Amino acid sequence: MTYLHNIGSYFLMIAEMFRKPTKWSVMKTLILKDIDDLIIGSLGIIAFISFFVGGVITIQTALNISNPLIPKYLVGFATRQSVILEFAPTFTSIIMAGKVGSFITSSIGTMRVTEQIDALEVMGINSLNYLVFPKAVALMLYPFAIAIGMFLGILGGMAACVFGGYTSLADYILGLQTDFNAFHVAYSFVKTFIFAFILATIPSFHGYYMKGGALEVGKASTTSFVWTSVVIILLNYILTDMMLGQ
Amino acid sequence: MIEVKNLHKSFSGVEVLKGISTSFEKGKTNLIIGQSGSGKTVFLKCLLGLFDYEEGAIAYDGKVFSQLTEDQKRDLRAEIGMVFQGSALFDSMTIAQNVMFPLQMFTNLSKSEMEDRVDFVLKRVNLDDAHSKMPSEASGGMQKRVAIARAIVNNPKYLFCDEPNSGLDPKTAIVIDNLIQEITDEYQITTVINSHDMNSVMEIGEKIVFLKDGLKAWEGSKETIFKTDNEVVTDFVYSSNLFKKVRKMYIEENQ
Repeated sequence: MTYLHNIGSYFLMIAEMFRKPTKWSVMKTLILKDIDDLIIGSLGIIAFISFFVGGVITIQTALNISNPLIPKYLVGFATRQSVILEFAPTFTSIIMAGKVGSFITSSIGTMRVTEQIDALEVMGINSLNYLVFPKAVALMLYPFAIAIGMFLGILGGMAACVFGGYTSLADYILGLQTDFNAFHVAYSFVKTFIFAFILATIPSFHGYYMKGGALEVGKASTTSFVWTSVVIILLNYILTDMMLGQ
Repeated sequence: MIEVKNLHKSFSGVEVLKGISTSFEKGKTNLIIGQSGSGKTVFLKCLLGLFDYEEGAIAYDGKVFSQLTEDQKRDLRAEIGMVFQGSALFDSMTIAQNVMFPLQMFTNLSKSEMEDRVDFVLKRVNLDDAHSKMPSEASGGMQKRVAIARAIVNNPKYLFCDEPNSGLDPKTAIVIDNLIQEITDEYQITTVINSHDMNSVMEIGEKIVFLKDGLKAWEGSKETIFKTDNEVVTDFVYSSNLFKKVRKMYIEENQ
């Protein structure tokens, strides 16, 4: 029953988020601040993880191809497919559920504990629109961060290939170009848009409706990470089946 | 003026407010007092519309709160200033930005007009040189004054204060009390203060509502509270020996 209640409350929160919008001059500043906090502030970690995971995928693929009949360019092909289809959109989003999600939950949760949200409500401000909407808008730029992650993942694979001597640069590039399907990139960005909305709203829900003190802010952050990850993985399965399945 | 009629509020079947009726007058500092657990904070949050209630009515200058639409409630709230117990300053903003916030949200003033208004209000609460400080860099007394400045910057019709003196030393508490009373008188605001502080009761209680176990046990003013024979009130207000002596002296002087 609690789960059903929470799911209902979540959708009511989404509806309320669009009511009585905050003045554009204020909202604009909030969106820019959230872009800086949530997107620009995450670029470093996305770049770092993508580059090295791209490298690891390449090394592991190369090491597992022992059959001489399998062409060497398959290393580039496998790296491209892994990075574009799953690593960049899904696993980066799980990492972001930890970084961005816990930041959102703890910042909104702290505002709840210190009565800052009550202060907004007493002033007649739609606190959900003020707090959650700019985060949802800011995270619509998340696909750009993921695009950078894709590029750096493939670049990391290329660096590992060339400097590790697993295959030649020409083979790697040939693999990247083999059987390229633009729809896979579109599928990846559709997923990323939906994950971005989840990343903004589920942590906000856990922060906004939390009760208690400082200890509960920590607990809410953990719960929010768990639920954001669960929902991302479930949606990943559903979207993949819908878009790529038979 | 705020009128409250037969207000009932329960949590999980436990009735916290059991039918409170009273009124808070314009241009006066109205105090709600009572022991911890008497329902003061719940009452204040019902007045602010932060809690829904099961029965009764609250009217702001004739406008019954429960009959307003959500948008009308938000418009009414724009006329309310609130000083929270913990100040509730936005910790990502400077003191000046905190005070400017209601102006940005509800007025179409230019930036320089807003800055002038912020300067004026911060000066009014004796904080002329704290504009660029963050709330975390301000003392408890300063934070309370910033909260008062933020509450009055948009010329509210109603000012609510939840324990404005909690955590402050006696001298700063008197400064805050006097400031609230001066502002109430100067701008003819309907001020409602939730307080434990008996100094505040004696200093600025132009109207006092005493709550006990979710009911209004007594109401009067700082003058009549000295003379009342209501045992429940005297037990609470004059629980310290100092106040007992003060009361005795007051009665003897006025006989």
